[in-house]
Parts: sequence; C-alpha cells; structure tokens
Amino acid sequence: MRKLSHAVIVLVLLFLLGPFVIICIAGLSSGETLAFPPPGISWRWVEAVFAVESFRASFTLSLLLGVGATLAALILGIPAAYGLDRYRVPGGGILRNVVTAPIVVPGIIVGLALLRHLLVPLRLPLTLGLFLGHTALLIPYAVRVVSASLANLRVDIEEAAILLGASRARTFFLIVLPNIRAGIVAAFILGFVTSFNQVSVSLFLSGPGVTTLPIDMLFYMDFNYDPSVAALSALLAILSIIVVLAAERFVGLSRYV
Amino acid sequence: MSEPDFLALKRLTLAYGGQTVVEALDLGIRKGELVVLLGPSGCGKTTTMRAIAGLLTPRDGRILLGGRDITRLAANKREVGLVFQSYALFPHMTVFDNVAFGLRVKQVAKDEVARRVAAAVASVGLDGFEGRLPKALSGGQQQRVALARSIAVEPRLLLLDEPLSNLDARLRLEMRSELRRLQRELDMTMIYVTHDQAEALALADRVVVMRAGRIEQSGPPQEIYERPRSVFVARFMGFENIFRLDGRGLIGENGASLPMAEIAAGAKVVAWRPQGVRLGGGPHKGTVIGASYLGQTVEYLIATPAGPIKAETGASSARFANGSEVAFDLPFETAARLYAE
Repeated sequence: MRKLSHAVIVLVLLFLLGPFVIICIAGLSSGETLAFPPPGISWRWVEAVFAVESFRASFTLSLLLGVGATLAALILGIPAAYGLDRYRVPGGGILRNVVTAPIVVPGIIVGLALLRHLLVPLRLPLTLGLFLGHTALLIPYAVRVVSASLANLRVDIEEAAILLGASRARTFFLIVLPNIRAGIVAAFILGFVTSFNQVSVSLFLSGPGVTTLPIDMLFYMDFNYDPSVAALSALLAILSIIVVLAAERFVGLSRYV
Repeated sequence: MSEPDFLALKRLTLAYGGQTVVEALDLGIRKGELVVLLGPSGCGKTTTMRAIAGLLTPRDGRILLGGRDITRLAANKREVGLVFQSYALFPHMTVFDNVAFGLRVKQVAKDEVARRVAAAVASVGLDGFEGRLPKALSGGQQQRVALARSIAVEPRLLLLDEPLSNLDARLRLEMRSELRRLQRELDMTMIYVTHDQAEALALADRVVVMRAGRIEQSGPPQEIYERPRSVFVARFMGFENIFRLDGRGLIGENGASLPMAEIAAGAKVVAWRPQGVRLGGGPHKGTVIGASYLGQTVEYLIATPAGPIKAETGASSARFANGSEVAFDLPFETAARLYAE
C-alpha cells in the first residue's frame, strides 16, 4: 500500500515536472533541430534566442501588455471588488459571478468573440484589441484576489475613520488601500503572469507586426524547428518561477489564490 | 430640569435586515451626562448607538444634537465619536498616527496636531508608546489608544460600545474608573453600552435598561438597583427569587403557595435577591439542595413548597449541610415590589 502511494506520487511529479525538465534539457541542445535526448549540451541556442529580432519585439509587447492590462484590470477590479464586498447591491451575487466568469470561459471563445464583434466592426487597432482582450481576461483575477484580502479587513476600521471625520473616498485611500496592498501586489503578479503566458485570446487578436511572445513562438515553430524555442520556453518558465517565488516570499501569494 | 436635552431621540425606529429592532424610542441626555444603555444582547442598544453615530439610517423618528436635527446628517459631519468593542485601530498606523488621524482629516495645523495628540495620549497614560504599531500593544493598551483617538478630536458626544468586554477582569475595573475620571475631567457627554450590570451601576449617572427595542426603565443606578419596576429589570439586577402575590401569600412558578403573615399592599409581584433571604430562622421551612462557596459568601439552593429559592449568607456565618432542613424568612423590607412583567 505504502509502496503504491509512493509510486503514484512519483508518477504525478513526473507528469507535472517532466515537460519542464525535458524543455530545459532540449533548450541546452548542441544539435540543429529540436530533439530529446539532445546529441550534446551547449549554450548556443540560449544565446540564439537573444539574437532573434522578432522575439525582442514580441517580448517587449508582451511585457508592456502584461503591465498595462494588469494595471487596467486592477483599476477596474479594485473598486468592483470593494463595491461587491461592502455594499448590498441587488443581484450582487449574480454580478459577482458575471464579473468572475471569464475565468471559466475558454480563452478561445473570448478571443473569437472580441475579434468578431469588437475589433472587426469597430476597426480597432490590434494593440488596442490585445489590451482590451487581456484586460477583460484579467479583471476576474483582480476581483477575486482583491476580494480575498478585503474579506480579511474589518469593516469597523472604515467606520472608525468616517466617525473621525473622513469622507468615504478618503477612508478608501487612507485606510482601505494601504491594508490591502499585499493583495493588490499578489493580484498584479498573478495578472501579469497570466497575461504574459496567454495564448488563446492573443491568437485571435494578434496580427502582422503585432504579436505577443507566445504567439511569436508558435509562428516561429512553423518555420524553424531548432531548439531556440525550447531555450526560450525554459527561460520564460524560470522567469515566472522566480517572480512567483519572490511574490510568495514578500506578500504570501498563496494566501490569495 | 428645565434645561433642554443635549441629545434627544424622538420616536426613533430602527430596522436591521428588514426587522424592526428599536421601536419609537424616546430618550433625552443632558450635556455632561454619562448614560449607560444596559440590556441583553439583541435588545437594540448597539443599533441605537449606531444610529446616533450615523452608521445606520433610522426608518422613522428624529435625532437632535445640541438642538439641531442630525437625523440625515452624514456620519463624518456629526462630530460624534465611537469607541468600538474591537477597538478598530488602523493596523498600518502607529499610535501617534492613529490618534492624529481625525485631527489631520480636519486639517488642524501640524504643531497643534502634535500638541493635542500628546495631550490625548497622556490622558490615557500611554506616553512613550507613540511610535508603536497596534499589533505591538496589549489589549488594554489598544483600548486606551482607541479612547485617545476618539477624545483627541473633542467630539460633542462620545459613544462607547462595550469597550471593556475584551479585557480581563482586573484591567476592566481599572479602565472603568479611569473612564469615569476622564469623563469628569473633560466634562464629556457619553453613552456607554453594556450588558454588564455591575459596569453600568459603577459608571452611570443614569442607567437606561432596554428590552426588545424599548426602554424598560430609566433612572439613577441606585434607583434601578433598589427599586426595579419590572420582573425583567429585577432579574437583571439580581433579584432571582420572584413570586406572585395573592391574598394569602406568595405563589411560586410551580403554582404552589407560601403563606405569609403580612402582605405587601398593591404589589402584584415581589422579588428577593439571594442576599435578601434570611437563613437560620423564620416562619418557613426548606431543604438545602445545593451549596456553593463563593469566597465572601456561600450561596444555597433551597427547595421550598413554592419551588427552589436562592439564598446567600456571609461565609463566616453558620453553614448548612446539603440535605439538611433550614428555617428561612422572606422579609418584605429586603424585597423589590414589582408592578409589571
């Protein structure tokens, strides 16, 4: 029995971590094509990643998109979370479900819908489309994570501030915001990582000259079958891991997600 | 007595979650008076206080402060302070910043803020703690910060919602007398909410006993303690032996009677505190069915024909063993005469 459960744990870990390990090793290949096991080990494809012009452009776009869309989602999501948590709005429960629905709606549907019914009819520029799409996708994360930290914040400290003469707005900025700061940082990191790794929504909203990094990697793979994509994937995964670990260390990310 | 009330509640009706909690409440409080709202949980005392503070909009009725109708005035414009049961300190601010908050919001000049914070902090005996965060303070110290924060802005009226209930017994007594001293020194008008009878008696100029959203009895502590008018207030004040009266004697809750030589005229119900029952002599006989030693006194539970009664005697006086028969007396001079349920 004990042996069996150990075996199951090993298999699960292998299943979860195996691809990551394989990608890392494949990225360090010395060969010309993507292969596992690689014929030899070298840094050449890791260096090659930084030489590809389009990777640099799409990395910049993904970075800006991640930061911009996450900030926009927070600006919309924080007041929404606050309102849903502190005021008894009629239909508040339904509203909360609607706001957080995109988490369970497949990204491919969100992407297609945005393309067909927003981007094409309104002739919006691609970058704006990507920004709107990612913002919509991230609002649920912002609302959820901020709601979780609001739930831990006592309402009576807001009442105390109001009775000391502060307006509602002032109470929000001076009392509420500083106390949910950790939750906001957590939401930001989660949002950024989600946006940065996003494929399905971006796939529909990308176009010539405007592609995010994951989409660019997909396109690159269509024409080049060399290990640089594996090297890039490994680099991105390591970057994500560092960000999440740092977030866990400084704001206790796991308390919010 | 002709002085108009500083705070007046006029037929105040309050609802919470669709349920009427307080109904047509009338209450007047004079300037500088310390009024204690006393009652069991759910009697509407906290709700009343939240309405006075402006945290709850009344369904009906009016609230007047200093002659001005404040029923619809926003909470942050009322200049009514509230000390919360949970203290509600701002966790991200130091003691100094907590106490200074209200003054800064009112844009008081910086040196004036420093002066008034120092005065408020000193008045609660927390000098030297200004730089600490709330989480680095004990419960009693947090309570003092909450108090200092409220009095620093010099509210026209200070409300306190069971402020001592989270403190241990010794600290509670200490804070109680300190609160009373501060109130006298600053000549503050205060409403203090509690369910603790002893706290109410010790603090109040006037005790207002509430029951199910209405005022049951209102008066000076001594009057409430010695002459409760209803069974409800009597029970709250420790009159645990309650009997109906008829022409011949006392009727217990079991319907059996205890004949009395003399009958108190007028009263329908009479009640005795355990201390008011005389043991070891008298016209009645009972059996001791329980005894607990309370330090100063011993409390007995005695089975009588009209049901069990509680009696308390000094620990140094004669003891009665469990199961022994004891003579007792219910003298009318130690009884409360009640006229209402």
